[in-house]
Amino acid sequence: MEALFGQLFAGLSLGSVLLLAALGLALTFGQMGVINMAHGEFMMAGAYTAFVVQGVIADAGIALVVSIPLGFGIGGLLGLLLELTLIHRMYNRPLDTLLVTWGVALILQQVARDVFGAPNVDVRSPSWLSGSVDLGVAEVPASRLFILVLSVVAVGGLALVLTKTPLGRRIRGVVQNRDLAETAGISTRGTDRLTFFIGSGLAGIAGVALTLLGSTGPTLGTNYIVDAFLVVVAGGIGQIKGTVIAAFGLGILQAAFEYSTTASIAKVAVFAVVVVFLQIRPQGIFSIRTRSLA
Amino acid sequence: MTTLKDKTESAAPQARVRRKSELPTAIGFIALGLALLVLAPAVLSDFRLALLGRFVCYAIVAVGIGLAWGRGGMLTLGQGVFFGLGAYVMAMHLKLADAGADGVPDFMKLYGSGEVPGWWEPFRSPIVTVVAIVAVPALVAFGLGAAIFRRRVRGAYFAILSQALAAAFAILLVGQQATIGGTNGLNGFKSFFGFNLYDPVNKRMLFYIASATLLLMVLVVWQLYRSRYGELLIAVRDQEERVRFLGYDPANVKIVAYVVAAAMAGIAGALFVPIVGIISPASVGVVPSIAFLIGVAIGGRSTLFGPVVGAIAVAWAQTSLSESFPSFWTYFQGAMFVLVVAFLPRGFAGVGALFNRRKETA
Repeated sequence: MEALFGQLFAGLSLGSVLLLAALGLALTFGQMGVINMAHGEFMMAGAYTAFVVQGVIADAGIALVVSIPLGFGIGGLLGLLLELTLIHRMYNRPLDTLLVTWGVALILQQVARDVFGAPNVDVRSPSWLSGSVDLGVAEVPASRLFILVLSVVAVGGLALVLTKTPLGRRIRGVVQNRDLAETAGISTRGTDRLTFFIGSGLAGIAGVALTLLGSTGPTLGTNYIVDAFLVVVAGGIGQIKGTVIAAFGLGILQAAFEYSTTASIAKVAVFAVVVVFLQIRPQGIFSIRTRSLA
Repeated sequence: MTTLKDKTESAAPQARVRRKSELPTAIGFIALGLALLVLAPAVLSDFRLALLGRFVCYAIVAVGIGLAWGRGGMLTLGQGVFFGLGAYVMAMHLKLADAGADGVPDFMKLYGSGEVPGWWEPFRSPIVTVVAIVAVPALVAFGLGAAIFRRRVRGAYFAILSQALAAAFAILLVGQQATIGGTNGLNGFKSFFGFNLYDPVNKRMLFYIASATLLLMVLVVWQLYRSRYGELLIAVRDQEERVRFLGYDPANVKIVAYVVAAAMAGIAGALFVPIVGIISPASVGVVPSIAFLIGVAIGGRSTLFGPVVGAIAVAWAQTSLSESFPSFWTYFQGAMFVLVVAFLPRGFAGVGALFNRRKETA
């Protein structure tokens, strides 16, 4: 029983990391059809933010608490900059945004390499996250539990923004029907910019969270971007709940496959599951029904 | 998502009702042939020629990408997989051939059980190997293409899936230290179908084989572009639904282009192995798969020669720049992706058209 819960928690933990990485992507991809390959590098920026903050604030606990909003800000600003300079020119060419943002990702990686050096750096975990927590059924590492909680909070916060605020209403309007939203007087340009800010900011938070699990390097983003996109594709666009289910689903699957085979076979198996799943639901778990053909 | 598909294509609206003269293409083809088969071997040293041979392999991949992406609108981010399949098939054969009849490749004695796994055995035969180099990538592409395109998964979804495939493939290879060399990959080949690989004459021969293969692939793609199929492919790229309403199945059209592109990548991989002497997961994963695209984008994705020239030029620039300024090369590569794709979607082949249009409007 304990082994089962241990595995389940490993899956949930993996899922929560995937969720944090994919949440912002789902938002920007869902609204604008933009495939932002630099999303992983925004995560990297968040992780390095945590590293820099720790250099200024000695106490690891306070540093972490400061890093999370700061990472959100840094990631968001990078995203906003990208939107203002490049992405907004390319809304009619979504596939090309993939290549352009890949170029941006390469540049950001090299910047990180030149500024922080090629070797990985470590961020100290606060003492209250270094041990493990007894949940009754299984002992789980505190840092992973923290990330799980963080991802739930992030999803809750995003859901709250999307459903309860005027901004969220505008975002949902633009996702569902851009032209009609524009006609109704919503500034779709402004909404796009804000969405990009929030989505990229979430990547920053994900980056801060990742520093708790391992060391930070220039290729941190590359390791997560493909999985994060798989989550978005499997979850379907336009609704957060699809992303949430897909993230935890793939996380648990991956952990289960890893338990029964090896890590590398597990990755391939998860990919196969997603392809097969798309046979059944080509639009992902949830999708907004429209009358369009595409 | 609605308009995703329709709008993608504005990058290359090249529909001409009047059939263009084919003379310039024929001249270009002959010029490419002369440059590769006559000029390059005469001018370049053995070392540079081997280098160019490697670039020619990349160019073969690029020709396939031009077909699938430029003409077919399928952004394949996973060509490294097919490149790798062809390369590993060839490398396995070379390893077995070096080991001799019933011999065991050296790395297996180090890491493995010291026995050749059963699924290696067919590749002892040169004929099986040559067939498999084309067939294995083509079959994988067919399976995946049939699964994806028939369910009308396309655009960004297809791009992401092809990229995930590349990631999964590279991870799979890294995990198999005992049977296919893991991170080290397969290397240290001594002979190529009986020819000694250390002999400079044979190295030159490899260059000629690669160049001739490239020319053949360009010829194949050229004939495809000229045919009705080529027009259908462009139609699917630009207006998939309209093609469906006309009674064609766009999935079939796409699968053909995807499979041909995959087979080309496989052939390129197989030629890459004896020329470069190593194949490892580092040359088949996500990053190299995307790197294949930049040459195609720069040269002009929907042109015939653009991908070839672009791929060779980019590889050349990478070798000469990254030797002396490794960090500058990464910036340069990133900047190329940004500038060319954002501002020159037709690549440098489109620069001329830019001036033409201005003249027309003036």
